[in-house]
Amino acid sequence: MADIVLDKVSKSFPDGTVAVQDVDLEIADGEFVILVGPSGCGKSTTLNMIAGLEDISSGELRIGGQRVNDKAPRDRDIAMVFQSYALYPNMTVRENMAFPLRLAKLDKATIDQKVDEAAKVLELTSLLDRKPANLSGGQRQRVAMGRAIVRQPKAFLMDEPLSNLDAKLRVQMRTVVSRLQKKLGTTTVYVTHDQTEAMTLGDRVVIMRGGAIQQVGPPQELYDHPRNLFVAGFIGSPSMNFLHAAVEDGKLRTALGDVPIGDRIRRELEGADAPRELILGIRPEHFEDAELIDDEARARGMEFTAPADIVESMGSDKYVYFTVEGQRASAAELEELAADAGADFSGGGGNLVTRLSAESPVQEGEDRRVWFNLEKIHLFDPSNGRNLTLHEGRSAGTLGD
Amino acid sequence: MADTTTRAKLRWGLIDVIVVVFALVPVLWIASLSFKTPATLTDGKFWPREWTLDNYRSIFDTDQFVRALVNSIGIALIATLIAVVLGAMAAYAISRLDFPGKRLLVGVSLLIAMFPQVSLVSPLFEIERQLGLFDTWPGLILPYITFALPLAIYTLSAFFKQIPWDLEKAAKMDGATQAQAFRRVIAPLAAPGLFTTAILVFIFCWNDFLFAITLTSTERARTVPVALSFFTGESQFEDPTGAICAAAVVITIPIILFVLFFQRRIVSGLTSGAVKG
Ligand SMILES: Nc1ncnc2c1ncn2[C@@H]1O[C@H](COP(=O)(O)OP(=O)(O)OP(=O)(O)O)[C@@H](O)[C@H]1O
Ligand SMILES: [Mg+2]
Repeated sequence: MADIVLDKVSKSFPDGTVAVQDVDLEIADGEFVILVGPSGCGKSTTLNMIAGLEDISSGELRIGGQRVNDKAPRDRDIAMVFQSYALYPNMTVRENMAFPLRLAKLDKATIDQKVDEAAKVLELTSLLDRKPANLSGGQRQRVAMGRAIVRQPKAFLMDEPLSNLDAKLRVQMRTVVSRLQKKLGTTTVYVTHDQTEAMTLGDRVVIMRGGAIQQVGPPQELYDHPRNLFVAGFIGSPSMNFLHAAVEDGKLRTALGDVPIGDRIRRELEGADAPRELILGIRPEHFEDAELIDDEARARGMEFTAPADIVESMGSDKYVYFTVEGQRASAAELEELAADAGADFSGGGGNLVTRLSAESPVQEGEDRRVWFNLEKIHLFDPSNGRNLTLHEGRSAGTLGD
Repeated sequence: MADTTTRAKLRWGLIDVIVVVFALVPVLWIASLSFKTPATLTDGKFWPREWTLDNYRSIFDTDQFVRALVNSIGIALIATLIAVVLGAMAAYAISRLDFPGKRLLVGVSLLIAMFPQVSLVSPLFEIERQLGLFDTWPGLILPYITFALPLAIYTLSAFFKQIPWDLEKAAKMDGATQAQAFRRVIAPLAAPGLFTTAILVFIFCWNDFLFAITLTSTERARTVPVALSFFTGESQFEDPTGAICAAAVVITIPIILFVLFFQRRIVSGLTSGAVKG
């Protein structure tokens, strides 16, 4: 058990690629931290540096208060679960799990006892004498976990451990991982690509982009108070809607109508170098069918009318896609996110994704009056992606003062 | 469904039998000839009417064949060992490291493999005579290594590329030193590749005739394929066919033994199950 501290850690490869840049991160003892970000943002490299599989170019890494920059992986006492599982194919499940213990020169009885214990926790007891080739994907995954937990290391590192499983198994294994971590209370760093894993598993989530940390915090905080455009677009599924907004006469001209702004935002926009164009972000669940809104809520929001293109009824609620006219929101972050998701992120002049109550009688093809919550709106500066609605780490919509 | 699979099996079985028969009939014919007496040698019968071991006795009577056998075994084993060790190092580098000139190395070794050996015979002959390597073991071992290396590098790098290197990382994380990781995880997985390559290289050296006949002149380094061609009967008038056949059978035995010995170590699909599903 130990805490892990990354102090201005950077990694540049011999070919000049800077994969990780000045990463500062403090992971408390027993904490479950998730690293997320688009492909190639340096998650694996960061993890490999913690593991000792990759040299640290500059900065300091401390585990349990001790500088370990120059220690070999075997001297760091941390276990890793690989995306590929990396089971030893020439050994049985039992031998695979016993391997770290045998290297640690434990006596046979202790090894057997520890392996049996770990096997029981992961429900592998009946498979102990099989070779990895004769296991299913989920079983192999559990063996890989078992090999990590048997020797009770200071920390677990997991690099996309579930990404090779099919969707159903992934959900199942997610709870296994979560329960195991709670039970063992071992410091864990978990790399993933998957939104849901990031939101549900960890105590804190670290969002990376291009080798740098964008924001660190509990999942809900990242969701509610994203520090910038990138975090806002990355977290959430379906993702936040982004619209182009022009600052005119103390109002924001958008495809959804003129959005009023509060004093604080107004002050921010009065500076000489303040942006004249903004990006407005609204999450799908902050829309509602105007028919279903009571007067009190109506006062906190705004309404617009748009044709409903597609209605997807999920039972509990309805995803409705509207077409709105107007300029496209454009920023480097949005393009990057779109490339990573393979989806269209640009809101304005395109689709608006909304999540309405199941009671909404909306029909495909009809024009519908829709309400949205002004208190939940985010405004971003397109030049640097900063969230302007964020005040002392909280976001209070456009009206906040 | 079951019907088609049985039919398919039958069809494939038949094709297999044809291929095996096609390949084995000449071999069996030679074996049969080696057991025939000189009188019945040309009777055209597949099964010898009169069995005799005289042919075998005769080849082991003369020192000539035994010496050649020793030369062949020694030269082929040494060349194989060196080629596999060097090839393994080169293949490891090619499959795992990125270094300047990697493509050049691969290209050059491919070039060597494709170079017509006949055109090298006379220069090699001259060179070896100058250097005093002519008609010695090293005189054959060196060209064998040269031509076996590309073969070894190619097969070995194909094998090495199959090994998931995450395993080495995993072993390190599990507390192994570099040496332990290699010995307990990588080596067992690389072994089939090494054995396969050893067999291929050994067969290549064992079968060579071209270099053996041009670069040797006496029993000092003459190998079996060449010795066979020098076979004459006990007297000038005796037909050596039976003896040649017996010798041909004898020299296939080391190869069969070599293959059988190593084949047990070549467990195919050894790496399956290491990664993913
Ligand atoms: N050995 C290397 N040499 C040069 N560049 C490298 C090397 N390994 C990784 N990189 C680069 O470093 C960057 C970060 O890579 P990394 O593997 O950490 O990404 P990642 O966030 O894990 O991505 P993914 O989600 O696809 O696994 C990438 O741009 C990659 O191309
Ligand atoms: Mg990765």
